[in-house]
Amino acid sequence: MTIRFDKLGVVIAALAAYAAFLAPFATFRANRIVPGQARSILEALPITTGPLLLAILVIAAFVALFRTPLVLRLAAGIVALAALALLIGDAGTFLTPAGNTFARVSPASGFWILIFAFTLLLADVLTRLDLSPWARVGVLVVAALAIGLLLVSGRWDSLSILKEYSNRADSFWAEGSKHVTLALGSLLAAVIVGLPLGILCHRVESLRAGVLNVLNIIQTIPSIALFGLLIAPLGWIALHVPGAAALGIRGIGTAPAFVALFLYSLLPVVANTVVGLAGVPRAANDAARGMGMTDRQRLFGVEFPLAFPVILTGIRIVLVQNIGLATIAALIGGGGFGVFVFQGVGQTAMDLVLLGAVPTVALAFAAAIILDAVIEMTATRRKVQTA
Amino acid sequence: MRAWLPLLLRLALVVLLVAFITSPGWFEPLLKPLTENNAPAIYNQGSLLTLTLLHLRTVLIATVAATIVAVALAILVTRPAGAEFLPLSRSLVNIGQTFPPVAVLALAVPAVGFGEKPTLIALFLYGLLPIFENALTGLTTLPANVVEAARGAGMTGWQRLTKVELPLSAPIILGGIRLSVVISLATATIGSTVAARTLGEVIIAGLLSNNLAFILQGGLIVAALAVLIYDGLSAVERYAARRMGSEAQ
Repeated sequence: MTIRFDKLGVVIAALAAYAAFLAPFATFRANRIVPGQARSILEALPITTGPLLLAILVIAAFVALFRTPLVLRLAAGIVALAALALLIGDAGTFLTPAGNTFARVSPASGFWILIFAFTLLLADVLTRLDLSPWARVGVLVVAALAIGLLLVSGRWDSLSILKEYSNRADSFWAEGSKHVTLALGSLLAAVIVGLPLGILCHRVESLRAGVLNVLNIIQTIPSIALFGLLIAPLGWIALHVPGAAALGIRGIGTAPAFVALFLYSLLPVVANTVVGLAGVPRAANDAARGMGMTDRQRLFGVEFPLAFPVILTGIRIVLVQNIGLATIAALIGGGGFGVFVFQGVGQTAMDLVLLGAVPTVALAFAAAIILDAVIEMTATRRKVQTA
Repeated sequence: MRAWLPLLLRLALVVLLVAFITSPGWFEPLLKPLTENNAPAIYNQGSLLTLTLLHLRTVLIATVAATIVAVALAILVTRPAGAEFLPLSRSLVNIGQTFPPVAVLALAVPAVGFGEKPTLIALFLYGLLPIFENALTGLTTLPANVVEAARGAGMTGWQRLTKVELPLSAPIILGGIRLSVVISLATATIGSTVAARTLGEVIIAGLLSNNLAFILQGGLIVAALAVLIYDGLSAVERYAARRMGSEAQ
């Protein structure tokens, strides 16, 4: 029997070996802004769990290195990631001197590379398993529940990012809900305006190039400039239009951020609606006309359902983009997770940056997976129906 | 006559842009009404020309690096030896796109310090994705008969790649580069939140001092650059497609 290497496994094993033995696992700092001291796995963990973690990582790396059954690779990836997630919390407790509230312990480069290496293994297995859309959402839900459980259990409480959180627990959730409201609200507004506009552009050819060009140019204006430019007109509206201020329209804050995100969202929605409607087979339209359907019936009964997956792709682009762009709203007082990112950059407190960045990435990632699954479901349903 | 109009408009935009960044003083009366309390109407903490050139340099370096890496990766995963990585690389590209640029910037700061470097890293990562995706599409959707014919003509793998596959997919790869440049031009402004010297400096100075004129001039220069570069690269792309017998359509 010949032993065969897995090509990706070589990369994973090399990364894991470097990260486990040469890179620091955790960083210890006497307070939140001084430079840290590196600690390896054996230094960062108690005498019992340190070697245990190393053993788990070595075995998992070997499973990845050789051509092994998918189930075994799946198990290796999950066990390695679970061990890392559980034990990084122990490192925090172990390294922090008892009763010291200033000391900060954060995961260091070795930890992040290990997470990356084994996530790569897991991603590869999941890609090869070619999961159905529902199964992918299921995996996402299980992963989210596991992380939620770890957070609630308090295992990670001794880590610096959660210390930053516990100092700001109230504002974290307030900014979080602002972030989600901004991203989802502007998407909703863009769909309400963009869909009819897209349909209009599809029907009236002379409008199409003009509208799409204007929307294209809006996309080229840098986000921080667009946010800033909207301050003046909205401030004017708040002063001069009765009732506008009562609705929460103000020069700075959430209103300009909302309008800017809305403007950025329009292009993908309108463009994809136009592309989707243009892609409806002529035969389908002719058949519908032949059956005596009115224009309105044809739009809702034939064209719209057929164009739906393409329109959804536009919505996915917008949602992921909006979740990312909403961080910039913090620059003009619009709130959102960006508040922590920019505060952290200002104070060179990286844990604070992470407190803003990690939830943003997680939200965008979850949104991408869920919408991809929905797009695939609607696309395959359409194929089945037309087959 | 109508065919000349777009060209004329673009020329006018170029002239206007060059005039503005070389002698912004001429435009002061236009921007003055936007300022309050006698604040300066033209950015006065650095020359707009220098900032524009630095901005373009940052985008250029990041895009060149991203193009080299993305095209090399796409070639690797479309060869038989790297085929195993193809599905995974697709998922990774998908995941990579969910990272907001601000987060990448902020997280790069502790590793490389403030200034241009974190901006370059963020632009590089962001530039990779569209180029890689397009290069992959280009290299995997080549007409099978052409590749087969090249093989039948006795071309080696390297010859097929450089003489057939890359030239044929050039228009699509260029499309990816164009997308990536336009995104980078706008994203580079965010780099100024971590002290990179780009046109974002002008916008942020405007946000901090509540000076609408600064925000407007910074934003408009970037937008004009993006529109012009987008148009220029589209023309190059059309030229490449025409040379390849326009099968890219």
